[in-house]
Amino acid sequence: MSAVTKKDTSLSSSFLDSFYAQKPSGLFAGLREEAAKLLTHKGLPSAKDEEYKFTPITKKIEGNISRFGHSSPFDIDRTELEKHLVEGLDAHLLVLNNGFYDKNLSTEMPKGVRITSLKDLGDDANKIAKIVTAEKDPYAGLNQLAFQAGVFVSLDDKLVLDKPVLILHLAKSDEKGQTIHPRIYIETGKFVEATFIEQTIAVDDQVYFINSVEEIKVGEGAHIHHYKIQDENKQTLELSNTGVDVPKDATFTSFVLSLQSQMTRNNLSLNLLDSNCEGNMYGIYLLNGKSHVDNHTNVDHTKPHAESNELYKGILTDSSRGVFNGKIFVRQDAQKTNAFQQNNNILLSEDAIVNTKPQLEIWADDVKCSHGCTTGQLDDEALFYLRSRGISKENARALLLYAFAGEVLEKIENETFRKYCIQLVQERLGSKGG
Amino acid sequence: MLTIKNLHASIEGTPILRGINLEIKPGEIHAIMGPNGSGKSTLASVLAGREEYEVTEGEVIYKGKDLLDLSPEDRAREGVFLAFQYPVEIPGVSSTNFLRTAVNQVREYRGQEPLDAVKFLSLMKEKMKLVEIDQKLLSRSLNEGFSGGEKKRNEIFQMAILDPALSILDETDSGLDIDALKVVANGVNQLRSSDNATIVVTHYQRLLDYIVPDFVHVLFEGRIVKSGDKSLALELEDKGYDWIKDEVANTAV
Ligand SMILES: Nc1ncnc2c1ncn2[C@@H]1O[C@H](COP(=O)(O)OP(=O)(O)OP(=O)(O)O)[C@@H](O)[C@H]1O
Ligand SMILES: [Mg+2]
Repeated sequence: MSAVTKKDTSLSSSFLDSFYAQKPSGLFAGLREEAAKLLTHKGLPSAKDEEYKFTPITKKIEGNISRFGHSSPFDIDRTELEKHLVEGLDAHLLVLNNGFYDKNLSTEMPKGVRITSLKDLGDDANKIAKIVTAEKDPYAGLNQLAFQAGVFVSLDDKLVLDKPVLILHLAKSDEKGQTIHPRIYIETGKFVEATFIEQTIAVDDQVYFINSVEEIKVGEGAHIHHYKIQDENKQTLELSNTGVDVPKDATFTSFVLSLQSQMTRNNLSLNLLDSNCEGNMYGIYLLNGKSHVDNHTNVDHTKPHAESNELYKGILTDSSRGVFNGKIFVRQDAQKTNAFQQNNNILLSEDAIVNTKPQLEIWADDVKCSHGCTTGQLDDEALFYLRSRGISKENARALLLYAFAGEVLEKIENETFRKYCIQLVQERLGSKGG
Repeated sequence: MLTIKNLHASIEGTPILRGINLEIKPGEIHAIMGPNGSGKSTLASVLAGREEYEVTEGEVIYKGKDLLDLSPEDRAREGVFLAFQYPVEIPGVSSTNFLRTAVNQVREYRGQEPLDAVKFLSLMKEKMKLVEIDQKLLSRSLNEGFSGGEKKRNEIFQMAILDPALSILDETDSGLDIDALKVVANGVNQLRSSDNATIVVTHYQRLLDYIVPDFVHVLFEGRIVKSGDKSLALELEDKGYDWIKDEVANTAV
């Protein structure tokens, strides 16, 4: 069973070969060794793997990318960079260039924010790979084997950031393709209030595979918002593993807007570690062409009186595909849990597909859990009602679709960023309607 | 203003309208009555352009144009308005935003300047008084969570805003208490002019005390089987539809 299959020979074994050929020493040697063992044993997921049965990303990567190996940063100047930034967004800039922390392109951080390249870490190095482990997901394992110079971000107690931190991943490739393994660790002190916006910028149209791991350790009583825009190029292959520890009295809110890629898989996992904490997971995917987006989320309620809210909405057209899998795990101790989950989809074409699945595992008896998923077409009666008042078919469609997505956009607290997302969504819905 | 000739329409292959003839002139009010399922809403929907219905025969001329050739939005822009029997709830679309979009698309079609926010607001305020509709309702999503009566009132409010030439009210009175009914009727009457015409679909003569029709038609099994003046409505209230059904049966033999 452990035989390495032909399929993943190129991707996992190329990284494994170079690992075994020259075992790295230094800070993360142990982690890499562990990841290498797991990968050698299990390989990367195929379509037979239950967790990846709708999302054959390994096959896609191997079919699209002919050169595997470590990426390296590329030259890009500030003017070029600024072309890609969210207009009007006043933010502290943290740049990862093909996975490498780029200090020159990043802006100076305010007092209380410390950023360290992973390769320069001291004692903090042993925090890496504690929240997102190689066992959890084979691609997290691949990242653990192959990541290079990511960042460690730490925010001091009681820090209230007036501006968001924009984490910008720059991705550049060539005809052979590129594999990029960003690695981010964020820890916040107690009572920190901060917003992180994460965006990947494809600087050209070449194919790349970006396989990120992000670990976030929220401080007690902290309020953290984490927003992500996935609007890359049509060839982009993306895998993200985000793991978050949410302690007592803390709130963590995630929002993911997926607009363009070839295939994207997001694994988002919130560990609600104590009482009175809150985890929110919101997402919108607007897909066209052949693009494929898979959101796998997981919230783990471990103690009483915690709350989770989840709302993902999708609008799909052409022959795009959406996958949603939402796990809610309520442990025996976690009485008085409130957990809500919704996934709603609108299909605008016959060839678009959504696979949606809630997975509830509830071991406590005094909990409030609700979940629902719907997949339907645009409401014809509503469309006719609007048109009967003189509104054109296109405008009526856009109004209805925007209203559908708008419920999620309202969850974004940062105003400039919300407006930017609204604009992106309206542009998409107004023109091609999905 | 409106001429319907031998109109046949079906849905999913089932014929519902089976030869409607009707002539409506500016300034007139026509009441259409008839038992449940006789095709009243179908007629209203076909006039408004609902695409699920297939017109299999006949024609409809509105202001000299082939109405059936126009899209639903163009019919509205040409002045046709349908107050729905069951107004649709549309979560997430604010009433104000919806109405402003509608008004300005209609104006654009007519070659008029769009209304700016201030002008639109004052138009809203004026018409809100007319139908005594609460501002709070309009700040919510369109019809969402509205009571039956509130939905009907909102239909008349939209009608007032859009100022149509031909209004079709499909059971706008059903379920209204007498006060609400008076408000609705009052709104309709105030909007009435010698250039406008109205079709009122109703089951109840009660409404016709307030909106006095020039003609009353009975629709039965997809045809207008009897027409008269307002006294026909009183007779129907008194005697029900059986005598008409009998008449139809007898003439058919
Ligand atoms: N979508 C549909 N599919 C099949 N039959 C339909 C459909 N919609 C309406 N019908 C049928 O068409 C006929 C006429 O319906 P319509 O709604 O026009 O009646 P109505 O006169 O307005 O009745 P009511 O007084 O109850 O409002 C009914 O027999 C109804 O069952
Ligand atoms: Mg009806």
